[in-house]
Amino acid sequence: MTELLLVATGLRKSYGQTAALDNADFSIRPGEVVAVMGPSGSGKSTLLHCLAGIVRPDGGQVRYRHRELSEMSDAERSALRRDEFGFVFQFGQLVPELTCVENVALPLRLNGVKRKEAERRATEWLDRLEVTEVSAKRPGEVSGGQGQRVAVARALVTGPRVVFADEPTGALDSLNGERVMELLTAAARDTRAAVVLVTHEARVAAYSDREVVVRDGRARDLEHAA
Amino acid sequence: MSIGHTFLGLLESGPRHGYDLKRTFDERFGHDRPLAYGQVYSTLARLLKNGLVEVDGIEPGGGPERKRYAITDAGITDVERWLSQPEKPEPYLQSTLYTKVVLALLTNRGAAELLDTQRSEHLRLMRELTRRKTGGDLADQLVCDHALFHLEADLRWLELTAARLDQLAKEVRK
Repeated sequence: MTELLLVATGLRKSYGQTAALDNADFSIRPGEVVAVMGPSGSGKSTLLHCLAGIVRPDGGQVRYRHRELSEMSDAERSALRRDEFGFVFQFGQLVPELTCVENVALPLRLNGVKRKEAERRATEWLDRLEVTEVSAKRPGEVSGGQGQRVAVARALVTGPRVVFADEPTGALDSLNGERVMELLTAAARDTRAAVVLVTHEARVAAYSDREVVVRDGRARDLEHAA
Repeated sequence: MSIGHTFLGLLESGPRHGYDLKRTFDERFGHDRPLAYGQVYSTLARLLKNGLVEVDGIEPGGGPERKRYAITDAGITDVERWLSQPEKPEPYLQSTLYTKVVLALLTNRGAAELLDTQRSEHLRLMRELTRRKTGGDLADQLVCDHALFHLEADLRWLELTAARLDQLAKEVRK
């Protein structure tokens, strides 16, 4: 079986008196889509933030390709998020002043890719996500479904090894939501990116390979236990 | 729903008469469809024949309802197996799942685990349907969507029940 890409063991995280994570385990392999499910307030998003190195857990370990995240410097973790991780959130993630193609090209530009080349690659991803027509528009001028496809294109344009998607279809109707899921999972499979998919919707989770359920901050990862 | 397994689950907490089993079954799970006496005694006769229950005592006065039944070790194994196996996902499962959850709580087995196992089983089928839909034509998509919406409704019920397990445990153990 393929080696694990990202592994979390015994994660704990509290906000004040409230335990958001209480001994959570998680693992994912390259190219795998894992749904993180559970009711609101169960700790799903906190788990995602810890896995992505956005939030530092109070206890437990997160290992990405054999490296412990807590042992990295802030700069190293930032570089990791920029170079190896991609992010899709529910909404409000595109820069309103930039056009859609500039939004998708942005992570490449931050990595030092020249404008022309960055926009060429961004356009390829917009084509793939079936939103070529919004290329020159600003986020405020496109529909929710189109905006979310642009966000997916931006998450994938750098060729990340892991895509973190937190309720990526939460603000969309079911038809648009399903199309976004189809495109996201197909693109991730083609590029062998792993997808950590936080969702409370079973129909969205059905696009995953398996699920990890979080309840009261505890995540039971059967694959991890095995 | 399996009346036999439900009887076994109820008998795990202690021996009961046939009448007592019927009354408890009707109160907890019968809703507007109480069991017929014929069904009660034919079920008990079958469980007896299969060695899953035994007659624990017969009270003077005669009549089949005077027999007191106790679960056997084989019966406990049987109910254990039933509770740990997920139900085949299909519409209107709720009454069977509700019965299983209540029996798991009554017999101190893991009700949350039972719901987790069922969720996995539902999602397994939902993944299969989603794959079929993704590669299919419009007719496939509509047929699969219909099934997916029903399975999703079951899953919403599962989540709601999982969130209310502590409350339900208090109710059923009163």
